[in-house]
Amino acid sequence: MSRISKEQVKHVANLARLAISEDEADLFTKQLDDIITYAEQLNELDTSDVEPTTHVLDLKNVMRKDEPKKWLEKEDVLNNAPEHQDGQFKVPSILE
Amino acid sequence: MSLFDYTLKELQEKLHKKEISVTDLVEESYQRIEAVDGEVKAFLTLNKEAALKQAEELDAARGAESAALFGLPIGVKDNIVTKGLRTTCASQFLDNFRDPLYDATVVEKLAQAKSVTIGKLNMDEFAMGSSNENSSYYATRNPWNTDYVPGGSSGGSAASVAAGEVFFSLGSDTGGSIRQPAAFCGVVGLKPTYGRVSRFGLVAFASSLDQIGPITRTVEDNAFLLETIAGYDKMDSTSADVDVPKYTEALTGDVKGLRIAVPKEYLGEGVTPEVKEAVMNALKKYEELGATWEEVSLPHSKYAVATYYLLASSEASANLARFDGVRYGVRTQNAETMLDMFKRSRSEGFGEEVKRRIMLGTFALSSGYYDAYYKKAQQVRTLIKRDFESVLENYDVVIGPTTPTPAFKVGEKVDDPLTMYANDILTIPVNLAGVPGISVPCGFSSDGLPIGLQIIGKHFDESTVYRTAHAFEQATDFHKQRPSIGGAQA
Repeated sequence: MSRISKEQVKHVANLARLAISEDEADLFTKQLDDIITYAEQLNELDTSDVEPTTHVLDLKNVMRKDEPKKWLEKEDVLNNAPEHQDGQFKVPSILE
Repeated sequence: MSLFDYTLKELQEKLHKKEISVTDLVEESYQRIEAVDGEVKAFLTLNKEAALKQAEELDAARGAESAALFGLPIGVKDNIVTKGLRTTCASQFLDNFRDPLYDATVVEKLAQAKSVTIGKLNMDEFAMGSSNENSSYYATRNPWNTDYVPGGSSGGSAASVAAGEVFFSLGSDTGGSIRQPAAFCGVVGLKPTYGRVSRFGLVAFASSLDQIGPITRTVEDNAFLLETIAGYDKMDSTSADVDVPKYTEALTGDVKGLRIAVPKEYLGEGVTPEVKEAVMNALKKYEELGATWEEVSLPHSKYAVATYYLLASSEASANLARFDGVRYGVRTQNAETMLDMFKRSRSEGFGEEVKRRIMLGTFALSSGYYDAYYKKAQQVRTLIKRDFESVLENYDVVIGPTTPTPAFKVGEKVDDPLTMYANDILTIPVNLAGVPGISVPCGFSSDGLPIGLQIIGKHFDESTVYRTAHAFEQATDFHKQRPSIGGAQA
């Protein structure tokens, strides 16, 4: 039984902000299905009383003082951008 | 004999006595690159002009200067940010990222220690891969036999050291990306304890697993390099505020009474007889040196690969969201809307493996699947971590092979993600548990390819890992073997 459909793959691609072709959708449907099927071996384990590990170090919130300091020059930052104008990043229209 | 056949200590002495110059070392590096990198393809970007200029400046201070890595040529993996030096992560998305605005903390520390950065090293795109075949530029080849992969994702870092192009290098390890290529290329590679080395300026792949570490020819040099780059960094809130010992002082050569655990899962199915034999010979050597070993079980090992791919891909899908074509990188042409621009820039800029992992991670984190996949994997991670904790309560180190097989051929596994992933089965658990692990050369296959011995220690106990590795190295001569690339003896 297939665990993931081509429609789901296209939905996930949209969530991930990837434009994928029909061929890629076919390939990913098969490959993700294989990987997810493989991952289902984890269900052999009873983990109902097991705490999840998000992080191996026993860290609590790490805080610092909120003090302004000099970091990068605005002009240098903008120079790395594909497009900028009037000291700001320029992007295409955000409205469809 | 190459200058890089000397140890760090020997080179420092030669520099101090002015028998050689920093310029000699840097020129040797570029000459060697010129001679062999056409075949090895370890480098993506060279820093020649700046490096030679720096060498000249350092030469003026020679004899009076005692910085830890004074004048030594180093290569840096291309996912570690270097100010003003192109940093691509081997991705087309960052092909035009020629002018990074700051140095990673480890690069700052190298600068303080006065090493010379020779260039940026090839890798699997965004560190996703085990063979370097996922580089969007060209695949690095194994210096021992260029029909074979160097391993990955730090393939360029391991190959450049093995080929004698640099004295040492930095790599990064998320699921084995330092240790596996070190094993395949016959060099020494350490993944430090999670939190030991600052990740500030390391382009994030899976933030709860990534660590930067050193690749060298000898254990002693490796310890020197870790001493230099380790330590708490306020710029990385996950770096640990734990004292950094003098690792080189731990290299006593004495392993009498050392208790070694050998997990039966690490010598089971999939491990080739030659690899098994090399590890058993190493254990015999340890017995001769006065250590003892016993078989143990890490019962959840077989679940590590599935756990890893769910967790690492989930973290990657979030981390790689920053590549949107707005602030840096390559933007698609003529997009009509912002959404279209995001999607097309990412699809054109990312290679297939990167897209596959972003897809897997997005799926595992998506509504309705989160508990079944992501949370489940986090729970299994706890079980894998406990396996190590309980074994390391009674033993000083865990020893096994670094990889189930020696290097495989270019093209052999590239079309089958699951087979490729399975290659990391012995290195992945170490990242999931957050403990330190090293790979040291322990033999050669009948095809003449290196085999790596993996030594795993307790959290923040790199000293014992190094001591164990060093004692074996001093009692054997595998680390003295050199590959012959293009007929030239390295």
